[in-house]
Amino acid sequence: MDPECSQLLPALCAVLADPRQPVADDTCLEKLLDWFKTITKAGSSLLLLQENPCLVELLCHVLKPQDLSSRVLSFSLRLAGVFAAQEDCFQYLQQGELLPRLFGEPGPLGGAAWTAPSVRSGWIQGLRSLAQHPSALHFLADCGAVDTIFSLQGDSSLFVASAAGQLLVHILGLSMQGLAEGHPSLQAGDWPVCAQKIVGHIEESLHSTAVPQITQALNVLTTTFGHCHDPWTQVLWVRLSPLVGSLLEKDPVPAAHSLVDLLLSVARSPGLSSSSCGLWETLAQTLNHLSPTQAGPLALGILKLQDCPQVLRAQAFVILLQPLACVLKATGQDPGPSDVLDSATGDSLTVDALLSSKAACVGLLCRTLAHLELLQPLPQRPCPWPQEPLLGAAVTLLQLCRGSASPASDVGRHLCALLLGCVRVQRAALDFLGTLSQETGPQELVTEVFAVLLEYLRSPDSSPTVLKKAFQATFRWLLSSPKTPGCCDLEPHALLVLRELLPVLQKRLCSPCWEVRDSGLEFLTQMTRHWGGQAGFRHALLASEVPKLTEQLLRDPESYVRASAVTVMGQLSSQGLHVTPVSPEHPGGQQKSLLVELLHILSTDSEGFPRRAVMQVFTQWLRDHHADVAGDTEQFMARVLQVASQDLDWEVRAQGLELALVFLEQTLGQFHSHCPYAVTPPVAAPAGPLAQALQPLCRVRLFEFAFRALFDCDRPVAQKSCDLLLFLRAKTASSSGSLQESRSGPDVASVEAALQRWQAGDQGQPLGDLEPEVVLAVLRSVDLEGLRGALAEGSDHMEKSPQSLLQDMLATVGVLGENEADCY
Amino acid sequence: MKLYCLSGHPTLPCNVLKFKSTTIMLDCGLDMTSTLNFLPLPLVQSPRLSNLPGWSLKDGNAFLDKELKECSGHVFVDSVPEFCLPETELIDLSTVDVILISNYHCMMALPYITEHTGFTGTVYATEPTVQIGRLLMEELVNFIERVPKAQSASLWKNKDIQRLLPSPLKDAVEVSTWRRCYTMQEVNSALSKIQLVGYSQKIELFGAVQVTPLSSGYALGSSNWIIQSHYEKVSYVSGSSLLTTHPQPMDQASLKNSDVLILTGLTQIPTANPDGMVGEFCSNLALTVRNGGNVLVPCYPSGVIYDLLECLYQYIDSAGLSNIPFYFISPVANSSLEFSQIFAEWLCHNKQTKVYLPEPPFPHAELIQTNKLKHYPSLHGDFSSDFRQPCVVFTGHPSLRFGDVVHFMELWGKSSLNTVIFTEPDFSYLEALAPYQPLAMKCIYCPIDTRLNFIQVSKLLKEVQPLHVVCPEQYTQPPPAQSHRMDLMIDCQPPAMSYRRAEVLALPFKRRYEKIEIMPELADALVPMEIKPGISLATVSAVLHTKDNKHILQPPPRPTQPTGGKKRKRASDDIPDCKVLKPLLSGSIPVEQFVQTLEKHGFSDIKVEDTAKGHIVLLQEAETLIQIEEDSTHIICDNDEMLRVRLRDLVLKFLQKF
Repeated sequence: MDPECSQLLPALCAVLADPRQPVADDTCLEKLLDWFKTITKAGSSLLLLQENPCLVELLCHVLKPQDLSSRVLSFSLRLAGVFAAQEDCFQYLQQGELLPRLFGEPGPLGGAAWTAPSVRSGWIQGLRSLAQHPSALHFLADCGAVDTIFSLQGDSSLFVASAAGQLLVHILGLSMQGLAEGHPSLQAGDWPVCAQKIVGHIEESLHSTAVPQITQALNVLTTTFGHCHDPWTQVLWVRLSPLVGSLLEKDPVPAAHSLVDLLLSVARSPGLSSSSCGLWETLAQTLNHLSPTQAGPLALGILKLQDCPQVLRAQAFVILLQPLACVLKATGQDPGPSDVLDSATGDSLTVDALLSSKAACVGLLCRTLAHLELLQPLPQRPCPWPQEPLLGAAVTLLQLCRGSASPASDVGRHLCALLLGCVRVQRAALDFLGTLSQETGPQELVTEVFAVLLEYLRSPDSSPTVLKKAFQATFRWLLSSPKTPGCCDLEPHALLVLRELLPVLQKRLCSPCWEVRDSGLEFLTQMTRHWGGQAGFRHALLASEVPKLTEQLLRDPESYVRASAVTVMGQLSSQGLHVTPVSPEHPGGQQKSLLVELLHILSTDSEGFPRRAVMQVFTQWLRDHHADVAGDTEQFMARVLQVASQDLDWEVRAQGLELALVFLEQTLGQFHSHCPYAVTPPVAAPAGPLAQALQPLCRVRLFEFAFRALFDCDRPVAQKSCDLLLFLRAKTASSSGSLQESRSGPDVASVEAALQRWQAGDQGQPLGDLEPEVVLAVLRSVDLEGLRGALAEGSDHMEKSPQSLLQDMLATVGVLGENEADCY
Repeated sequence: MKLYCLSGHPTLPCNVLKFKSTTIMLDCGLDMTSTLNFLPLPLVQSPRLSNLPGWSLKDGNAFLDKELKECSGHVFVDSVPEFCLPETELIDLSTVDVILISNYHCMMALPYITEHTGFTGTVYATEPTVQIGRLLMEELVNFIERVPKAQSASLWKNKDIQRLLPSPLKDAVEVSTWRRCYTMQEVNSALSKIQLVGYSQKIELFGAVQVTPLSSGYALGSSNWIIQSHYEKVSYVSGSSLLTTHPQPMDQASLKNSDVLILTGLTQIPTANPDGMVGEFCSNLALTVRNGGNVLVPCYPSGVIYDLLECLYQYIDSAGLSNIPFYFISPVANSSLEFSQIFAEWLCHNKQTKVYLPEPPFPHAELIQTNKLKHYPSLHGDFSSDFRQPCVVFTGHPSLRFGDVVHFMELWGKSSLNTVIFTEPDFSYLEALAPYQPLAMKCIYCPIDTRLNFIQVSKLLKEVQPLHVVCPEQYTQPPPAQSHRMDLMIDCQPPAMSYRRAEVLALPFKRRYEKIEIMPELADALVPMEIKPGISLATVSAVLHTKDNKHILQPPPRPTQPTGGKKRKRASDDIPDCKVLKPLLSGSIPVEQFVQTLEKHGFSDIKVEDTAKGHIVLLQEAETLIQIEEDSTHIICDNDEMLRVRLRDLVLKFLQKF
């Protein structure tokens, strides 16, 4: 600890110990604790306490009966735990009997302060820090802390209850560390006393009929097997698994959710050889006993396991698929050749769960779809993957939700009534359908997929979120449709779909709901990005009204839609898909007008999103040497930079710097070779060509834009500008020396003076036309590295030091003190 | 209580309820779908329609070719269109006491009933219903009268001939009862019989029942009706909506505790959600106009059009359609737009508050002011000089058989740039379009029906819990085209009773009580005796006086002082003799205690048997049987009067006397 802090510490401890001076702010105490943790991690706690006796005084002081705030008490308990984590310091504190008084019966445990959850939490966390060495175990046993922790497992505060469980796991692990390497015996008598006590408590809880107690025991075990993989855990499992198994005999299975967590945690634990301890049997048994809703997560967990018997995997997969198999069966569809779904049908429990209520049906189906969606991309997913029946099920579900399926059975009709218009299932099924596009299916089923997607896209009843998902799924299926070798254009069937799709898209672009217009535009962007260069797509798109409607959406009243329209139009134009009848005397006249329109949006739009989108389009256009930009790049740059520099949105200004960088690279690229293998010229580049190369940058006023941005009030802009100027300086570094002083524009001194004014916050006059030589001189004179360093620091770097923390805390109290003095 | 069902159309009902001594007609809907069998009436001579070939039988017999014309595979009657009237033979309509109208669409048959059946009663309806109903009738009469057609076809209606015709003419029902449209004179006379009522106003009918209109939320002034006596309540729900559109919201609470709920006028398109349809309407409208096409919206002059104009008001600027003209053409366009603005008290809360600002409740006022919406009585006159394309035209009639819409169909039908958007659900759009085929113009079907759907009905029934539901048979099974949709039918317990045209239903409900008033002086004379906490009884002797369906208990005339014991009473003195009345007994006999008492009094060998209504106490020794039931006790013994009296007295010990 540095001496300054040491000096401040006594005063602070006095403040903390004084009940009349309340600590205003919890976060200060947290920061203080963090700081002590850092110090104790780096050095000896004992030394720290010896050098700063005020700390022990504080710990003693809080024990006196007084109205100390629960925050300070909790803090002190945790602080004591941090110090006592080191064994020598623990002994030191024990000498003064301080620890038993803090954590034992005479401490807050028995007092009124115990009613505050923060004190109970502090007590647990203190013990958690303290329990690091064998002496601590004795201490815990002596002061009867373990029994208190048992009771805190059922605490009314969830934080306290959960921390108590974790502390038990930690103590169990610590006490078992004492045992020698190798397998401990099954005989309970051989285990350390503390461990025996905890395991005994767990056994007792598992025998209990109260569900909360069983849940607590299962949670402790789950954490144990999740965190500790020592050999003793296997012995523990062998000892407890009959008890866990006996839970399955109860109906309903108590604490099923926690039981699933435990079994999966055991199965995942590398410390256990699953085959030897009957785990697979227990898992299989559990799968059979749980209700369909509870069994789903377990089945998913089993299927995610790396090594697991094939029989169990098959059983889990059957359970997972059961709800969908029921749907297929209820709608009179053959689940297909796959054995898996075939054996999954006919489970009356699942049918009952599905039909019991709308909420249960929707919940079970959504969970099943989500589980299968998670499973689909995994390498260990079941093989063969029943792609075909799953596709069928997703399509059927979507049809049921629209009422377009015509089930023959009573169960089917009931399902239809439950699912009709259910947006949750629609969204889940569309997501799932999209995931299934990773693989294809038989052509007639793919046709059905597209048919149901089109049905959703066409339906006036589809909600905006459902529509968005339908668009996404459609795109994924279009992407996955089989391609003709050697050609990346859409295959004929997909083209047919596209022809049907475009009129729907047209209508959606005119929707009164802006979310729908927006998702329509996003879909168009995705399509254009992928197939914009392909003849089939181009032909279909150009034959439709879509490009024209999109252009009209540049004037949409909703800013998100305008932004999306800008992006699409930029892309359509890049791909040459923005075509309107071109008059013979004005070739490309319409094309120009898009540039003008985007510039208009950039300079007048009241919302940030469309302006940002315009800047992105412009940057892309410049990169791609878009015809409009390439015609007169300098004029384009000058105009855009001028508008962007005045923008109030920092993202627009930052994007302006991105644009400037592209321009810079393109301009200087002609001057310096980018090729990393090019031989560096042995002599400095002649000044003449460099100045010449910089001339266009000066003409578009790029430097004024960048220099201003250097002192931008938004840090990302300043950082970006700094990077840009550093890049430029590196590029031009080799050409130092032989530059001539400027003739007409402002000289170096006046530019530097202007920069100083800007830095001070006075963004007044423009600089006027700069000469390349002046720019280079200024670049060299400004401390760009220093600036970059300052910008890289967090904005609170000055205030983050422990010293300042201590000062702040004292100052807060000091202010209070002053007020008090004023009053008297 | 009986219900006579005169119309088979579930949304255009016409039923007669006989309740107590009153005969009440519920609505007076006119089924206009019959007009779809007729050729359109063009405003200007249409060479295409006038040159259609006549239809001849398969054997070449062409005697019907003057009456029937063939147009792209369909056969139409070339005559003045005719309407299918409600049943007039099922019940003598001159006995109808009152007609209750629920909304302006359900009164279109009124002139046929009030002017041609000997009806002498009163019609009750709210003011907006009458005013807008008048507009609808006026428009209808105007549409038909302004293109007079001399020909009236009747040959084809002959049953033997009709059998030979192709569908749908062959299957048309009750063609002999089809009638031409009424005249304006008949309309005025019919409307003069209407008495205006306000929501929740109680109207006494002959002292027997009380009827009350309640807001139904469907249209301006639309109502459901409560018909109740003191102990019975019948609710008539017709054309109600729970959506937030322009009318006052539906009053559901007042429908609670009905003995019978007659449910008609549900949505005709249960699978179309009105919100989705409005979105669809806007999208298709914008799409057409942006491509330079015209949009035709066949519609009624009132109702959904107000909501559509409001949506468009919000939408056109955002869709960049501000410079597209919207035309509303109807002989009553002006009145309809203006009426809607003056019925503030009948509007939803939002619109009512606007009136106090003061602002017009509907934004179409602003559309008119800014010249975005223009209205004309007909396409002749000013319209032809203002007409600019592309544009959007709202005009009638939705059947496409008469009105200005016929002209626009002929004018725009040939171009695929144009679109006709059907928003009214009353007519099948495919049948409406049949005489215009082949048609290049795009057709969009966006039926907007805000009336209750089956989900809302099931919630409503759960909420108001009527004892019995009565509805048209169409609502008790899924639509034929979607037989698997079990959700598209009324599902309630006990199952709804269904009716069809020309059926008489005996409502499953018996009247059990009648309210009787008691005169104050008689009431004063009563001496109540409390027999149980909270329940007092008194005997009363009085004269029941019944007049105008009201029953009053009056004190009996004073008995003439008996002048002497020997003088015989005159026979005409029909006064009940109070003195000989035995005391009334009340209470119940606890069997166990009764048996104990019997044993105390020396009876032995007592057996008790439980029966369905009470107990039988057997005194086997005395061969006696005491039958104790809730409201009677019998002592059956074999001619031993002494024993009987002993037993009787023991029984009486357990009962209270007064």
